[in-house]
Amino acid sequence: MAEIIQEEKGKGGKRKAKKHPPHIDMTPMVDLMCLLITFFMLTTAFSKSKIMEIILPEKLQENQPQDAPRIAAARTMNIILGPDSRLFWYPGTVKEEQFNALPPLYETDYSADGMRKLLLDRNRTLARRIAEFRAEVISGKIVINQDSVQSSISQMKKVDDTGPIVLIKAYKKANYGNFVDILDEMNICGIARYTFMKIAWYEERMVEAAISSPPPSGSSAN
Amino acid sequence: MPKIKLPTKSPRIDMTPMVDTFCVVLTFLMLTTQMRQPEPATVDTPFSISEKPTPDFNMMTFLLSPDGQVFMNFDNGGDTLSQFRSKILVEMGKRYGVEFTPDEQREFEKFPSSIGVPIMQMKEFLDAKDNATRKKFQTGIPIDSADNQLAMWILYARQINPNYQACVKGDSKTGFELVEKVLDILQDKNVNRFNLITSLEATKINLEEIQQ
Repeated sequence: MAEIIQEEKGKGGKRKAKKHPPHIDMTPMVDLMCLLITFFMLTTAFSKSKIMEIILPEKLQENQPQDAPRIAAARTMNIILGPDSRLFWYPGTVKEEQFNALPPLYETDYSADGMRKLLLDRNRTLARRIAEFRAEVISGKIVINQDSVQSSISQMKKVDDTGPIVLIKAYKKANYGNFVDILDEMNICGIARYTFMKIAWYEERMVEAAISSPPPSGSSAN
Repeated sequence: MPKIKLPTKSPRIDMTPMVDTFCVVLTFLMLTTQMRQPEPATVDTPFSISEKPTPDFNMMTFLLSPDGQVFMNFDNGGDTLSQFRSKILVEMGKRYGVEFTPDEQREFEKFPSSIGVPIMQMKEFLDAKDNATRKKFQTGIPIDSADNQLAMWILYARQINPNYQACVKGDSKTGFELVEKVLDILQDKNVNRFNLITSLEATKINLEEIQQ
């Protein structure tokens, strides 16, 4: 609708443009831009995915026999990821020779009242120290940059000798979501020492016993 | 009551400032946007509290679908000129006796999403031009111990670019056996540090909860 109003003057028809600049109708342009903006906003991936680091111990060479690392049984906690998103745990260690008198497994779940409570109970000293440290950083009592916060926390974890040593094992039918969930719990609770291990045959048997003996929901017995 | 006379002409609205703002927003969005590449398998990543962002390059990503297929993707590194992708493909070809033409290498280099094609069908896959035909070849990389092509991909990828970081992208419902197997293959190739790709979910525990 750009309109240039021209006035005719007299018979000679001498055309003279008006002084003010002509209006350009911008509506189609605005329409187009609206469309493009909407398109880009919808296609943009705003939430960039995050990564969670995990470092596994190096594989043992077959020709280099090595003693199993000595860890305190009282501090050890074994977590076994079961089928159907079930979660089992038992404290201490079980030796291979005990296979006909295996201790029962305790069952818990992935909720805040389940595994997180268990872990926090065992990791109270360290978790409190980390939480207090974080609170002081946030409130401004300690002025420190973000990188140093991380390294201070990992230093706290390194010197800690009261928290549990968590061994994570997965039964055959566990799924990947469970694995990430349990690693996440370790991060939430600030567990200093945890690792992922292959499940032993007697532990598999313990899981099978735990699944079959007290059917909690009735039908999911394997 | 006297009638209010409205001007017959509709008032003109000056749209210039609006157009200016739109231009700015549009430019911003166009520059920041990264088109999401369609992956050969839909994967819903699990949630975690980790706030570390994914690196922009030097990633080799293993996509583990819920139905047990393995796909792999790696980037060209920080500098596109280094052409890591096509070099890795050529090495793989040499290992399995397949020769790739420069056209096919270029095709592989710019293929945007993960690849799950057995190396013997790679040539046909790259020669196929339409996506529907290509999708048929995406059956997952073989990981059996008899024909472990994934291990070879990892080996050559790390030979060509030692800076690759291993990232595992799995669905929450992917069986753990598959994940364990892939981690095992990676450990065989001396990769002990993994990044699990997750989506952010904020969970915080407060001081009171610990002190109860």
